[in-house]
Amino acid sequence: MSIAEKIVAGDIRAAARLIRDIDDMVPEARETLKDLYPFTGKAYVVGITGAPGVGKSTLVDQMITHLRRAGKTVGVLAVDPTSPFSGGAILGDRVRMQRHSMDEGVFIRSMATRGAFGGLTQSTRSAIDVLDAMGKDYILVETVGVGQDEIDIVQSADTTLIVLVPGMGDDIQALKAGILEVGDVFIVNKADREGVDRTVNDLRLMIEMDEKRYKNGWKPPILTVQAVFDKGVKEIIDEIEKHAAHVRSSSERRSKARYEKVRNGLSEMIKDRIIHEVLSDLVESGEFETSLQLVLDKKIDPYTACDTIISKRLRRGSK
Amino acid sequence: MAKPGLDGHDRGARIIARAYRDAGFEVVYTGLHQTPEEIVYAAIQEDVDMIGLSSLAGAHMYLFPRVVELLKERGAHDIVVCGGGIFPEEDIPKLKKAGIKEIFTPGTLLTEVVAWVEQNVEARR
Repeated sequence: MSIAEKIVAGDIRAAARLIRDIDDMVPEARETLKDLYPFTGKAYVVGITGAPGVGKSTLVDQMITHLRRAGKTVGVLAVDPTSPFSGGAILGDRVRMQRHSMDEGVFIRSMATRGAFGGLTQSTRSAIDVLDAMGKDYILVETVGVGQDEIDIVQSADTTLIVLVPGMGDDIQALKAGILEVGDVFIVNKADREGVDRTVNDLRLMIEMDEKRYKNGWKPPILTVQAVFDKGVKEIIDEIEKHAAHVRSSSERRSKARYEKVRNGLSEMIKDRIIHEVLSDLVESGEFETSLQLVLDKKIDPYTACDTIISKRLRRGSK
Repeated sequence: MAKPGLDGHDRGARIIARAYRDAGFEVVYTGLHQTPEEIVYAAIQEDVDMIGLSSLAGAHMYLFPRVVELLKERGAHDIVVCGGGIFPEEDIPKLKKAGIKEIFTPGTLLTEVVAWVEQNVEARR
């Protein structure tokens, strides 16, 4: 049996190994992904994002329970940050999902952001494909909502949940610029805390002002939730299903959503590949260090150094 | 990094996890009160190179070898298993015989723990 066949048959070890190879950019992994692609597109992908500590992992844990109760199989990708200093990472999202670790219908995988050469978006996307080809009904992708990479990831989801907690007034302002615009469902978690009405109102105001959202007819609901006590989690699943039904109900919306998803996927893949190929060549050949030293010594300026590097690698130059 | 059994003391495991992170490793921490089965499932899903078991509660003679046994059953015996914690001197050779590759006891420096892995654990291919 080929690796791809094993994965389609649900082999956990084969899938786990492939995700690792994807992360490590092993060339053979790409070939397997090509074979898997025809088997993808069946899973429903939910992105869950929000600042650190808002309760994303706990929420995912509860969502798994509800989805399993409804007879669905679930894949989880939990992304945690890599230390920019050591390159290492502590991946602790599983701690909140312990009770599902023995359930054969649940596959949980932690991923580190790594960094340097980008690649988080790409490897997460590919990992989604792997879980999809394995036949998981739902794939929950949990990321810390702080950077562009995270926005890219949630954009590859069918439904995106944004998780906040009461008392995040200023943070809502900060989030506004990027993350909030991609939310399909807003969740105010830890809703037993003070200030929940204020946060809900702030969100409501922001959504009301964002008219372009209604063009496709979906107004993001705001749910108050206490994930630890499983309060309001069922409602989240209901809203996800409503959102899915909303997109499915019109062929125009359906094809637009698919177009966006595939378009994002392909353009990200190309971007990622270019960055990886150019940067790794640059570093391995020693040219980066040489150029850096020239700039450090003030022999050339960084703009010229950049122009030289780019024009050598891209036929049309940097103009 | 895993805490098997009924043992609520995970400060040590967390510090070790942190030391590995600072040395550039990706460490999956499973949390407290894990059964050997849960640890092995997690290790397979995460496709790890090594499992570090931490135990201060005295049940290591059952829990540690059980993890090795389950890995064998699932065809994942290429995952290295190490243990850390407080153990009677005479248990250490028995644990090693049961397939625990190395045992770390109180007083071991973090640098030693990290160096041991760097020298003895190959990334599986």
